[in-house]
Amino acid sequence: MNVSVLAIEIPYWGQSLLRVLGGIVAVLLPAGTIVYVFLFKMMSFMQSRLGPMEAGPYGSLQLVAEVGKWMQKEDLVPEKADHVIFKMAPVIVLTSTFLLVAVVPFGPDAWFTNFQAGAFYAMAVGSVSVIGIIIAGYASANKYSYLGGLRAAGQLIAYELPMVLAIVGVVIQAGSMNLQEIVVVQNTGEIFGWNGVGFPFVITQFVGFGIFMISVQAELTQAPFDMPIAESELVAGYMTEYSGFRFLIFFIGEFATAGVFALIASVLFLGGWGVPFAWFDWTTIDSVDDWMNVAGPLIMFSKMMLLVFVIMWVRFSYPRFREDQLQRFAWKVLIPLSLANIAVTAILKVAV
Amino acid sequence: MVSKPKVPGLVKGLGVTFGTMMRTFKNGANTVQYPHEKESPPIRSRGVIALHEGNCTACMLCARSCPDWCIYIEGHKQLAPPRRAGGKPRQVNHLDRFDIDYALCMYCGICVEVCPFDALFWSPEYEYSEPRIADLLHDKAKLGEWMETVPEAPELEAGAEKKK
Repeated sequence: MNVSVLAIEIPYWGQSLLRVLGGIVAVLLPAGTIVYVFLFKMMSFMQSRLGPMEAGPYGSLQLVAEVGKWMQKEDLVPEKADHVIFKMAPVIVLTSTFLLVAVVPFGPDAWFTNFQAGAFYAMAVGSVSVIGIIIAGYASANKYSYLGGLRAAGQLIAYELPMVLAIVGVVIQAGSMNLQEIVVVQNTGEIFGWNGVGFPFVITQFVGFGIFMISVQAELTQAPFDMPIAESELVAGYMTEYSGFRFLIFFIGEFATAGVFALIASVLFLGGWGVPFAWFDWTTIDSVDDWMNVAGPLIMFSKMMLLVFVIMWVRFSYPRFREDQLQRFAWKVLIPLSLANIAVTAILKVAV
Repeated sequence: MVSKPKVPGLVKGLGVTFGTMMRTFKNGANTVQYPHEKESPPIRSRGVIALHEGNCTACMLCARSCPDWCIYIEGHKQLAPPRRAGGKPRQVNHLDRFDIDYALCMYCGICVEVCPFDALFWSPEYEYSEPRIADLLHDKAKLGEWMETVPEAPELEAGAEKKK
């Protein structure tokens, strides 16, 4: 299976290498951009200050300075901690992010893996990070870490469900779990015969979209769902005992996962990498021009920035939920709502 | 009275942060980029304590009332020429040492309050950090230099009783 990109024949191993490199870029570049643009700058502006200004023009190299600082710090492990598991935990969290990005399609040929149960796989590996967080809290031999880990586990399991259920609506409507397929369906669709903007599922699945974004907020333990790392009660939750490079991995993991979840949300609800196929008289995925392999990632990136902007905006605006409110919101509001959404979608799909 | 349609609090909250962001974009931040531009502190802010040496009688009230014991005073008695011709020479306290250790000082201002002879003053100057902690011990000469930065006392309120 040789794919020609820009008229160059690339052998299979070359493609694989490109995809691995692309995966690393697709995780680390959004993470860095998100941290600088949103965490450093937007948050500062929302608090009427300028944020980092000294490192590089407008503080753009601040992240490099921070990474340099973290790399120099001592890699501390508490004496009574379970050393092997303690050291493994942040890597598991970051691995989950890399596994997650593997199914995101960035263009007609620019994908990492293209397999049928993509949506299902994304939800499955998205919860791998829970394991990393639980064992990070457990292996730290610290009661605050342990409480933080338990809270994270309870929260992530509670919000995993509405997230999966919110996706089911999209899957029913698209008739496929393959993310590439979902993108194609959205871009070939038409609204009452008008195909000017395709048919992004956010139009019909707005309830699902809302539930999905709320769940993503909770999955990322961003405020207002940051109970697991509530600094006023738990120091820093499961991250309390981590320092230096391992803390950095947690940190990258948090924002890279924000980016990747935003990518998945844009694939599922906002039409993914595609432009409406009718613009260029494309009909199927095979007739899409090659230049979409370059334009697609850019479109995905801008959609990701838009969604991450919303995630971060909510994060910087709202105070934290109480633990019981947080659980009640997931089990009593989001899950019934998403079940109703599935039922309505299924009925309309069959009826219309 | 027609009540305005209520915006849900959640949306309003998002509006506040977004509005602040746009305002910062347009009008700049409320903060000051400190080493590049400086803010002038309020005129009576507590920056550093200045010593007017001529007024000090080494009475030790400030040193004794200091909660941190950061004021060090040494003095000796000596004879000064008489005020009127034919009078006896007066005995005065001469100040040998007056140090304030700003590494200990907690800026409570009790020494300034308690001084019966108006020898201590607040100055709004705040840039006197030192690489070595020992250099934060300001001696008599340095405390005297701060006197130049002490602002004029504000006018008394109308009808206030003048001190004689």
